[in-house]
Amino acid sequence: MKFTFTVMLLVMHETGGLNKPFCRMLEFLKQPVVVTAEINVNLVALTVMGLVNRLWALSYPRAVVFDEVYYGQFVSLYMKRIFFVDDSGPPFGHMLLAFGGYLGGFDGNFLWNRIGAEYSMNVPVWSLRLLPALTGALCVPLAYQILVELHFSHCAAFVAALLILFENSLITQSRLMLLESVLIFFILLAILSYLKFYNLQKCSPFTAGWWFWLLLTGVACSCAVGVKYMGLFTYMLLLAIAGVHSWHLIGDQTLSNVSVLCHLLARGLALVVIPVAMYLSFFYVHLTLLYRSGPHDQIMTSAFQASLEGGLARITQGQPLEVAYGSQITLRNVLGKPMPCWLHSHKNTYPIRYENGRGSSHQQQVTCYPFKDVNNWWIVKDPGMQQLVVSNPPRPVRHGHIVQLVHGITTRYLNTHDVAAPLSPHSQEISCYVDYNISMPAQSLWRVEIVNRESDTDVWKTILSEVRFVHVNTSAVLKLSGASLPEWGYRQLEIIGEKLSKGYHQSMLWNVEEHRYGKSQEQKEREVELHSPTQADISKNLSFMARFTELQWKILTLKNEDTEHKYSSSPLDWITMDTNIAYWFHPISGAQIHLIGNVLTWASANVATLVYMCLFLWYLLRRRRKICDIPEDAWRLWVSAGGLCVGGWAVNYLPFFVMEKTLFLYHYLPALTFQILLIPVVLQHLTDHLCRSQLPKNAFSALMVAWFSSVYLVYRTFSPLTYGEPTLSAAELRALRWKESWDILIRTH
Amino acid sequence: MPGEGTSLRFPPCSAARTPFPLVLCAVVPGRRRLPRVGARMTLAAGCCQPESGPRCGGLRQRRPRRPAGEPSRPSPPPRAWAPLEAPGGVWAPLAFVTLLSFASRFHRLSEPPHVCWDETHFGKMGSYYINRTFFFDVHPPLGKMLIGLAGYLSGYDGTFPFQKPGDRYEHHNYIGMRGFCAFLGSCLVPFSYLTVLELSKSLSAALLAASILIFDTGCITLSQYILLDPILMFFLMGAVLSMVKYNSCADRPFSAPWWFWLSLTGVNLAGAIGVKFVGLFVVLLVGLNTVYDLWELLGDLSLSLVTLGKHLMARVFCLILLPVALYTTQFAVHFAVLNKSGPGDGFFSSAFQSRLIGNNLHNVSVPEHLAYGSVITMKNLRMAGGYLHSHWHLYPEGVGARQQQVTAYLHKDLNNLWVIKKHDSNTADHLDPSHSVEFVRHGDVIRLEHKETSRNLHSHQHEAPMTRKHFQVTGYGINGTGDANDFWRIEVVGRKAGKRIKVLRSQIRLTHLATGCILGSSGKTLPKWGWEQVEVTCTPYVKETPNALWNVEDHINPKLPNISLDVLKPSFPEILLESHMVMIRGNSGLKPKENEVTSKPWHWPINYQGLRFSGVNETDYRVYLLGNPVVWWLNLVTIGLYLLMVTCAIVAMKRGVQLTAELKELSEVLLHSGGKIMLGWLLHYLPFFMMGRVLYFHHYFPAMLFSSMLTGITWDTLLKFCAGRLSCSVGRRVYTYGTLALMLLIVYSFYLFHPLSYGMVGPMASDPNSPMAGLRWLESWEF
Repeated sequence: MKFTFTVMLLVMHETGGLNKPFCRMLEFLKQPVVVTAEINVNLVALTVMGLVNRLWALSYPRAVVFDEVYYGQFVSLYMKRIFFVDDSGPPFGHMLLAFGGYLGGFDGNFLWNRIGAEYSMNVPVWSLRLLPALTGALCVPLAYQILVELHFSHCAAFVAALLILFENSLITQSRLMLLESVLIFFILLAILSYLKFYNLQKCSPFTAGWWFWLLLTGVACSCAVGVKYMGLFTYMLLLAIAGVHSWHLIGDQTLSNVSVLCHLLARGLALVVIPVAMYLSFFYVHLTLLYRSGPHDQIMTSAFQASLEGGLARITQGQPLEVAYGSQITLRNVLGKPMPCWLHSHKNTYPIRYENGRGSSHQQQVTCYPFKDVNNWWIVKDPGMQQLVVSNPPRPVRHGHIVQLVHGITTRYLNTHDVAAPLSPHSQEISCYVDYNISMPAQSLWRVEIVNRESDTDVWKTILSEVRFVHVNTSAVLKLSGASLPEWGYRQLEIIGEKLSKGYHQSMLWNVEEHRYGKSQEQKEREVELHSPTQADISKNLSFMARFTELQWKILTLKNEDTEHKYSSSPLDWITMDTNIAYWFHPISGAQIHLIGNVLTWASANVATLVYMCLFLWYLLRRRRKICDIPEDAWRLWVSAGGLCVGGWAVNYLPFFVMEKTLFLYHYLPALTFQILLIPVVLQHLTDHLCRSQLPKNAFSALMVAWFSSVYLVYRTFSPLTYGEPTLSAAELRALRWKESWDILIRTH
Repeated sequence: MPGEGTSLRFPPCSAARTPFPLVLCAVVPGRRRLPRVGARMTLAAGCCQPESGPRCGGLRQRRPRRPAGEPSRPSPPPRAWAPLEAPGGVWAPLAFVTLLSFASRFHRLSEPPHVCWDETHFGKMGSYYINRTFFFDVHPPLGKMLIGLAGYLSGYDGTFPFQKPGDRYEHHNYIGMRGFCAFLGSCLVPFSYLTVLELSKSLSAALLAASILIFDTGCITLSQYILLDPILMFFLMGAVLSMVKYNSCADRPFSAPWWFWLSLTGVNLAGAIGVKFVGLFVVLLVGLNTVYDLWELLGDLSLSLVTLGKHLMARVFCLILLPVALYTTQFAVHFAVLNKSGPGDGFFSSAFQSRLIGNNLHNVSVPEHLAYGSVITMKNLRMAGGYLHSHWHLYPEGVGARQQQVTAYLHKDLNNLWVIKKHDSNTADHLDPSHSVEFVRHGDVIRLEHKETSRNLHSHQHEAPMTRKHFQVTGYGINGTGDANDFWRIEVVGRKAGKRIKVLRSQIRLTHLATGCILGSSGKTLPKWGWEQVEVTCTPYVKETPNALWNVEDHINPKLPNISLDVLKPSFPEILLESHMVMIRGNSGLKPKENEVTSKPWHWPINYQGLRFSGVNETDYRVYLLGNPVVWWLNLVTIGLYLLMVTCAIVAMKRGVQLTAELKELSEVLLHSGGKIMLGWLLHYLPFFMMGRVLYFHHYFPAMLFSSMLTGITWDTLLKFCAGRLSCSVGRRVYTYGTLALMLLIVYSFYLFHPLSYGMVGPMASDPNSPMAGLRWLESWEF
């Protein structure tokens, strides 16, 4: 199916009469200029079909479909340059979607609040959906190429590509503003480029092509990981395969030690160093683009917040850096779970008896309060002196110093004693000391321990220092317990003194967020001072690595409370596609889009996997007994193709069994892609090696044609649910409900 | 050796089709298959004839045994490391290390004479066995059964309550139980000695590994108390030792020692899982080893398929069927012994509880049919399902409607009681004694009123708190007056309309009249506001699952006659399955609380933080579970060293470097023996990274055993390698002194740290005046 076009561009004869240099220049024109272009018509045809199939009527429906509501808000935030944290994955995927929006001139003004909401005119739907659709379309030729590079016939490769082409679930997923098709594209690209590289390895190492494909492997891997963390598993698979190949290389004794080393270094560079660098660069771009403070600020530490424009930075700018005796401060818990909060006290006291009958000290409550409040202000006091103002010059507080903390509004001292805390009876109560003239002396001395200190004489710094407060008398540590107090404590968070301080936990660490030097000695003046906003200027710039580490850590550890969804499913449902997802539903016409796969393809893919594994085991055991059913070459092909496809399926599927997040059918799509690639592999193997004579071969081919036609028919049958049009009647919809467990929305009039 | 195997080899294809002649050959005594690796043959020699003559240099025995008559090869040149191994054999050192091990574990065993740490659980459970009361625990029963048995035999009467750590034992005899654990803990040392000896054939490696375990403060502490860990580690090491032993009998398959060690492996495996589910890791290790073994056998073409089948069947029998049988036997004994009702009843189904003497379901006599006005408890039919429960607390803001919570609760409680009422009339007439009894029938519409709070079971179209697809179930109304959303249709599975509803036996489904959803328990645990009870929802998806089915357990109706019901007693497999479901649920329920400092797996190998076994204050007798830091850091370094050495060895071999015979032997030990141990370490350590439950420092100790054995093998190999590079006399000295130095280091560090295990009194180490202050090398240690 390859055609060679030879284009003769220009044939010119020397005409004479022109000056010498010009003649020399035209010397090369003596020869006919020949451009030979090889065009694989298969590939072109597949690409065109893919594009048509994925891009057709792309901006329909002009409404928010399923997770577009989720990704859309991030696109908007990119457009507005507002910082956000998304725990679903690294930023590269979001950036790609936002790039689509940028090309379409999206201004980010759309309220992404409801699935099914109509897009307003300013939303460039087509260009927002373009990138996923393009990548989805390109998966078709990629599948073709991969099988060709695996040394399978063009026919098998064509089948693989067509199966991807007619896979309803992949089509649905790539026609919307979602990330799975982008992920699959990069995964396939990584595999293809590795195969190309490996095939070049034997004949021409260290040539330009070799380098190109090697580097492309690394780049595609990092893009896959950058889009979704699921890409990590395919990256690992590729690393493992590359590891095995390198191991063979080490065993190749025709190569000198130096060249082996060069080979290994090249692989290390391309497959490890470059992906890591690329991954970091995604975050670099992300953080550079998003410089404004926004809705997720609260999750980040004060230092990070101060590095964003607006928000906390506006407040903290110009604060004195070093905390001194007499400083007025607010203390924020570093962990901030279940919610970010500040050390707080108010006039109310602990109830004399709790609901369960235990008693309290009846002193003033100390809590952690998740809102900014004037009662969050504390004054650092030197126990040896009476004054509550900063002396001139200020005397900074250092690591190991002993301080008292005075609550700004009530001027009571932060105190703890051997009384059980309200909700955590194993820990000490923290209170602001009220002198009731009973035998309970004030114990208000706290030692400041700077945890992230560089030396033991470090100064306590605003925002930057993470501090533990260790009670001098009882060595209890000030801690946020995470429990919220009952009505009497206004549901604020409980603060306790942890007696057995096992190691460092972030819930025991505090940092100064707002800070100013206190000037007023008189209580009344001080109250006025506390109510007034802090003065301004100087920003604290964090280094990129510090910001990256924090953001990365937050992305990995942030837990979404929502653990249930109407369409969530378990991994076991995916193999048999016992579940579907209704993506969109037109309230009037009843048109709908579902994530439903091509049932026949899914079933065939499962059968192919099963057949592959059985045959593989059978061959393996027989070969161990030195009985070779198939020639050595065929065996190697069988192992490498299977290792890639079954391995790809396994690494993209099995990890979900141990994941604790909400899972959806679309999570299975990368695994499914690998499984689909396996179908032609198995089919070709069966025709080549198991159908020995002509008759079964013909029968087999006939069967294949029938099977493939039915795949196409199933695709056609379900395409109304894939593209959302044409609208089907209730009876037609009912006929499409092939499985009891599918949730197809049928309106009852 | 050459010639022996080749004469048996048939062309590959015919070999498979004509197995017969091969069978004959294979069973001819003395005819063995080709040795796979040199080491394997010699391991066998060591194993199967342990007492055959004095050993002069373990390595010399590595030569494959030759058929008689073949001229012997010239004896190998003298080894630099021969001296340590020549005299005394292996038995004298074994006796010596065993003695030391017992001495170190039994020293001050009775101190402190109060309950330490988890003794409060496991001692209590031992008592339960002695008292035969039923309880529930997340671990399988063997360990606690053995503790109970040891207590029983040593004269403990099961009366001590074990309420909390720090309680004094007074006159109660607790030494028997501690002694039993210490005995098993002491056996770890000889086991590891023999294992390493078998694997490396080097006396000094075995001694090194043994001394590490003898002088590790952590191992000593963990063995001295009534805990499951020494029992678990005993079976675990037993399994590893017998696995190694049967591997080395590989050249004499189906001989008596082979069978003995193989079945002993199986027995130990059953023991290991029977104590804790962590035992699964050693099962995995043995499983992988067996697969590898079978793979090697499969590749040996001199064996017929029939012989292979025999090999396979022997392993299936000894390593699968035997352990499974033993494991089930443990449970049979467990259920037979615990026949009295106790604190664990509520976790199990009504049918299960009816087995227990003293439970209100045992030989139960209740009114048989439900009637209006009956007071009942309803139990969910899913495994480990709870009772339908409600209490005075409301759903918090933002979780559906702010109405009273309805949950499923595993414990028996007054708040589990509900009254059946007619949907349309209120209470009074049911209580009136003159009023005739009216039975509830299949298909009736009823109202369930919570007895304590007088609220009706209610559902509406709000999202349930956890399962968002379902509807919320609440308690609604005041004194029984609610609305139409309180009406439920009661149905019995598989019965016709109009039939009466039986206590216990009827499987009931409650359908919400207004929305058509079905009352069910999702099995998800509610957050703190719901007191970590189980969520109850109304599911709109009509499916026949036990989640949505209930049975009536208690039934109080003074107007009806009590009838003795012989409840369907569950069969043994059902009990077994149910108790496993309950255990798994219990285990996954052990989640760390928010903002709580927990031990992380990466803390463990670096000995970052110990566990306080006993004592908090300065005046207390304090015991602190912490590994001997020198030993643990040596282990840690060795893992890196091992990986480095292995990488060098395999790369060198892959690059075709010609190794001398000596080096080949060393790398053989390093790769195969060390590999097995390394695999064991990985299998016992890595899975903890993926566990969501609460983890403790002592979970690392099984892995630490492997790590210590690896240390023995690796350093011995390294020293031999260094010695081999040097001239004979210098090398010998390097080897001897190197080994001695390592051992002295270990002994000295033990001398420094021994108060950790044997008890400290006086100021805390954080106080500079304490004698231990200088030893607080890490700030996170708190002794």
